[in-house]
Amino acid sequence: MAHKNDRPTSPHLQIYKLPPTGIISISHRITGVLLSFGLIFFVGLLLSVAGGPDSFETMQNLMRISLLQLIYWGFIYALFFHLCHGIRHLIWDAGQSFDRETMNRFVMVELAASILLTLVVFVFLS
Amino acid sequence: MHYRSALARVHGLGSAKSGTSHWWMQRVTAVALIPLSFIIIHFINTCFETNFQQISEWFASPLNSASMIAWIIAVFYHSALGLQVVIEDYVAHEGSKIILIWSCNLFFSFLALLASVAVFRIILIG
Repeated sequence: MAHKNDRPTSPHLQIYKLPPTGIISISHRITGVLLSFGLIFFVGLLLSVAGGPDSFETMQNLMRISLLQLIYWGFIYALFFHLCHGIRHLIWDAGQSFDRETMNRFVMVELAASILLTLVVFVFLS
Repeated sequence: MHYRSALARVHGLGSAKSGTSHWWMQRVTAVALIPLSFIIIHFINTCFETNFQQISEWFASPLNSASMIAWIIAVFYHSALGLQVVIEDYVAHEGSKIILIWSCNLFFSFLALLASVAVFRIILIG
């Protein structure tokens, strides 16, 4: 039984240096979990509108706090990142572009697209 | 062809449960959320900047309120499905896993219901 200890172990997360695709992949999961929690705030927003003009104004005053604005735009970036990598997943599901070069190129495309979309929304939709 | 033993089939463990529909619905909701996300982000940004009257008018448009309801159905479904995968990956203990998934599903179902009731209230009263 002693020889069992000599068997190769799988690379541990603290030691193993994740490739860019790996970092993107785990970020997709992390942003998904964060966005799920963000939905609680979205329900809060709807409730503030449903509560009438007074609660709506309270919500607006609260959202004038710069820190909350920053967190809000962080959520928007997280959403676009999740959306971009989600499209990547849909392309994979269609059985396409699994080769390494395409995957690494898409990492940069996703990052650029998510930043660009956030900026576009910040400029045109807010 | 039966590749699994009778006992394994009776236990109902492993594949051939409802994995395919889970995976499929995750994709269907993902596609629906791509256009809906832009509408909702625009709505949230409008909420922070305009007055109560204009938000009431936003909801008065059937296209807008239908988009809002569609977003609510798709986003809470998508979140619950996604969080289920995360729980299944990281929680090894079978009992804790089931309790967590159930809690998560119940919580997100309630959030979806709360959001829908808020929207109907806004439409009827606002």
